Amino acid sequence: MDYFLTEEQEMIVGIARQITDERIIPQRAELDENDAFPRAILNEMARADLFGIPIPEEFGGFGGGCFDIVLALEQLGRGCIGVGTAFAASSLGIYPLLIAGSREMCEKYLPDVASGKKFAAFGLTEANAGSDASGIQTTAVLDGDEWVLNGTKQWITNGGEAQIYTIVAITDRSKGARGASMLVVEEGDPGFSCGPKEKKMGIRSSSTTELIFKDCRIPKDRLIGRKGTGFITVMKTLDSSRPGIAALGLGLAQGALDEAATYAKQRVQFGKPIIAFQAVQHMLADMAIQLEAARALVYGAARHIDAHPKDISKVSSMCKVFATDMAMKVATDAVQVMGGYGYMREYPVEKMMRDAKILQIYEGTNQIQRNVVGQELNKEYGRA
Amino acid sequence: MKIIVCIKQVPDAKDVRLDPKTNTLAREGVQSIMNPYDLHAVEEAVRLRELLGGEVTVLSMGPPQAEEVLRQAISCGADQAVLVSDRAFAGADTWATSYTLAKAVNVIGAFDLVLCGKQAIDGDTAQVGPGLAMRLQIPYVTCVQKVREATDSGLVLERMMDDGYDVLALDFPALLTVVKDLNEPRVPSLKGKMRAKKAEIRRLTAADIGADPACIGLPGSPTQVVKVFPPEARRKRAVFTGNLDDQIGQLVDSLHPYL
Repeated sequence: MDYFLTEEQEMIVGIARQITDERIIPQRAELDENDAFPRAILNEMARADLFGIPIPEEFGGFGGGCFDIVLALEQLGRGCIGVGTAFAASSLGIYPLLIAGSREMCEKYLPDVASGKKFAAFGLTEANAGSDASGIQTTAVLDGDEWVLNGTKQWITNGGEAQIYTIVAITDRSKGARGASMLVVEEGDPGFSCGPKEKKMGIRSSSTTELIFKDCRIPKDRLIGRKGTGFITVMKTLDSSRPGIAALGLGLAQGALDEAATYAKQRVQFGKPIIAFQAVQHMLADMAIQLEAARALVYGAARHIDAHPKDISKVSSMCKVFATDMAMKVATDAVQVMGGYGYMREYPVEKMMRDAKILQIYEGTNQIQRNVVGQELNKEYGRA
Repeated sequence: MKIIVCIKQVPDAKDVRLDPKTNTLAREGVQSIMNPYDLHAVEEAVRLRELLGGEVTVLSMGPPQAEEVLRQAISCGADQAVLVSDRAFAGADTWATSYTLAKAVNVIGAFDLVLCGKQAIDGDTAQVGPGLAMRLQIPYVTCVQKVREATDSGLVLERMMDDGYDVLALDFPALLTVVKDLNEPRVPSLKGKMRAKKAEIRRLTAADIGADPACIGLPGSPTQVVKVFPPEARRKRAVFTGNLDDQIGQLVDSLHPYL
């Protein structure tokens, strides 16, 4: 289907496609096998200006919107959502600055992220604070001109690889949700360290670690926005980033469909290519139908968000749920179409199926997304 | 440091067909690309500029649509582009092409280094680079696989040979033709693509470069293509039987008439 992209959007797609085909696809199996961080590929993406897409021009970026980043991530996701996640997590890490950071902070941090000289990461999750973000234990206490941080963040993408971390900490426990704040921690800050790389089912090329704060002291001016606005910034950050996760799902599903359909045309059983059998055709048809429906929703949501409406939570959650559940289903069916070959590591769909699972879990589980949609419906219909 | 890179638009080799009636290349509907070796020449020029400063000018002789590959070179980091285009250039062989490019280089002005791909994948002659160097009266090295050292005054290079490589030092001005081992061409950048879209491509005609009409295009080309034809498909199958020694004997006997 033609989605009538602008010339600039076609450029973004073209660059991301070339990086995916020439750099990511030839290396993805090896990166997965070795849990290797795709530093060289990310550097190439930086040189191609992809990290600058969501960053305003005044801070060295391209000044693109949600749809622009969605288009880039869809292409990258077709190659490997591990690499796509490492890329997306750097954007996620700077959204809090774009949303609530002061001009000085943006000037200090954003140009280096736009150029890819530095990577960013976002730190919310803890051992006891996953879907329920109010369980955060990490604290930040003002001591003179410095914040003193204590606590441990868990499963942080780009941990150990990023230089700039935007993290959530409790600055006043008595105020509940209004007692959380966001702060910037830099690699090398005293008392800050990263744990070992976690061993994951999929997206193994992305780095996932703990962030450990032991009397970590950072300057007072590292506070993002006003004290106590941390949760609002977190929610706005995730609302902005979820369509990107949906886009990774679109790409992954496209890659899986491409593999399955190509295979089904070549594989001969009972004297015919298996694509000639209706059982296989229907599976491929359902994969293609679901994928195109998801793409229409994600693109529509991204364009809606780019029009800057007041509230984007519902569409953002809707597109994340639909596209990532679709990606899991399509990847699973791609393995099924390819049978025993699909299950082997020699073929890429095995990795795609392992990778797809995380899309339903991170940046808010799909169950939490349904809560968001449900709560929004409750509000909308309550007004009547 | 002023670098000129000569590039050519060629039909995509993945998509080459012969017109069965005329036996010439069917160009209708065939995608055009930058000659793959030239991508490496552009990349090396941009790297040298990043290292030493200066500017990179890409130059192509071709029809108006060759502008596409010049814009592609800009998106990959070239600073400016020149298209030498004139109906009078049509039918040029490597002799006339190197004359035309040399004239164009003289119009562009002073330079330190000229880079070319080893050969174009359509004609496959590998003659234009050396021919251009002779016209410009500068030293040249073909099949460069590595730039070991680069300074404002010259380069230390590796030249690919059949049985290894030579290490050569040369002073500017000079011309190199490059092979694909030289580097990995970068993916164009977003800012580069935007710049390429807006960039003004300088156009030069035969008159602009002061070309002698007798030296360009078909009249200036000593090479005459008498006939182009695909080799006849002649395939015979032979199955050798018996023990291994018998089979080897039969194979040798069957090859003998061709030796």
